[in-house]
Amino acid sequence: MKCERCNQRPATVHLTQVINNQKTEMNVCEYCARELQQEAWGFAPQFDLHHLLGGLMGYDYSPSIKTGMSQTCPKCGISQSRFVKVGLLGCTECYEAFEGQIIPLVRRIHGTGQHTGKVPKRTGGRARINKEIKMLKEKLQEAVNREEFEKAAEIRDQIKSLEKKLQ
Amino acid sequence: MGVREAVNNIAARWMDGDGPEHDIVISSRIRLARNLQGMAFPNQMSHQEADSVFHAVQLALSDRHFRQQFGDMELVRLGELSPVERRILMEKHLISPDLLKDHEKKAVVLSDDEVISIMLNEEDHLRMQCLLPGLQLQKAWEIANKLDDGLEAILDYAFSEQLGYLTACPTNVGTGLRASVMVHLPGLTMLNQINQVINAVSKLGLTVRGLYGEGTEAMGNLYQISNQVTLGLTEEEIINKLTSVIKQLIDQERLARKALHRDQKYRLEDRIFRAYGTLKNARLLTSDEAMKYISDVRLGVNLNIVDSLSNKILNELVVMTRPAYLVKQARRELSSQERDIMRAEIVRNKLSKQN
Repeated sequence: MKCERCNQRPATVHLTQVINNQKTEMNVCEYCARELQQEAWGFAPQFDLHHLLGGLMGYDYSPSIKTGMSQTCPKCGISQSRFVKVGLLGCTECYEAFEGQIIPLVRRIHGTGQHTGKVPKRTGGRARINKEIKMLKEKLQEAVNREEFEKAAEIRDQIKSLEKKLQ
Repeated sequence: MGVREAVNNIAARWMDGDGPEHDIVISSRIRLARNLQGMAFPNQMSHQEADSVFHAVQLALSDRHFRQQFGDMELVRLGELSPVERRILMEKHLISPDLLKDHEKKAVVLSDDEVISIMLNEEDHLRMQCLLPGLQLQKAWEIANKLDDGLEAILDYAFSEQLGYLTACPTNVGTGLRASVMVHLPGLTMLNQINQVINAVSKLGLTVRGLYGEGTEAMGNLYQISNQVTLGLTEEEIINKLTSVIKQLIDQERLARKALHRDQKYRLEDRIFRAYGTLKNARLLTSDEAMKYISDVRLGVNLNIVDSLSNKILNELVVMTRPAYLVKQARRELSSQERDIMRAEIVRNKLSKQN
């Protein structure tokens, strides 16, 4: 019997796969079996995550590019090249100091650059109000859909007063 | 006296083995990363700054309102503990390996039931963790969220409207939330389907790591699955996504176990009882062997093939057979053979008490 995958070498391995409760059986050669196994092997050897970040920022370590990374954070003094090497920022102000590089990096890691989760009560500032406005707007829509217009008017006033706070 | 108790007493709440889906899910963990405004991150901080983080957190812990909600929680500097005690906290999953490095600048706060731990000056100023048995991510999030609110009433967190909670590493920015679940997947492993599962899960933006193992190897068929993305999703969205993937994984693992028990009954039962027999009788037991046999017996317990044991005993055995616990019991450094002798003895004693 020939391998069902490559149709060349003799089949020596019986391979059973279950995907979504569907069982498929295949007779394959040793070579193909190993390849299938490797394909299925989902995780690469564990690199140190921090070292990979530098690569994500699009730098290579050639000296000509390094000269463009002489920028340092005014607060903690770490240089951009150190961040690329270590993968850790030195303080919160690094986010501003290296903004041009960090924002694209964050987008590459998370697929977005905008926080939508929890906002702290005291240090959240405008973000907290914005989040509340967003929530009220959803409530407003619900009230309108249910034709509860009195309630909707109330919510609209709340939104207006919050929006004033932002100005 | 949370921390002292934790290094002397093996039991922790997460090991109780009684949570939802406990035949497959060992524990659920929520971790929140937070930093204080205006202070360098731990990787750049002086001893003095490290101390001021301790003081700020100490102040928050002793606040009257905080204590009404969470009781008295003690802050212990890692430098006050012996190296073995520090490692035991790690082996119990109450602190991370990173907290052991440069330990003079680090501290930990632990609740009495060991459900809550707060690591200070790990990669971020605060890393609070809530660890529960079984699949209980939502509940763990509720506890961690409340703890976070309680601390935030006193502490000024670094926060940006665009990027959320600011963290030392940009991979944690946004919610600062890492949700993870420890699962036991012997069925899928025995049917050689584990790699497909891992592959599929990784494509959904989740990370799979083998537990205790080196690199990609999972010891004792224990895997930790967690979210990778922390920005752009709400905390609830992250938790719901992980929970629903885990539920599918549970279904697959149960099917695999059923198929194994149906198609290879004697081979499976033989494997389980050989493992049980070895654990009960071995005079030398390496760490790898212990993990492997505990996994087999755990499968037996959850398929009702072995009925004299519980998941709790097995969870305790996993921690009791780790190197630091053995050294603590011996009260001295051990050679590798001495460790294997001691490990076998501890396992025999523990199991002989059960029948």
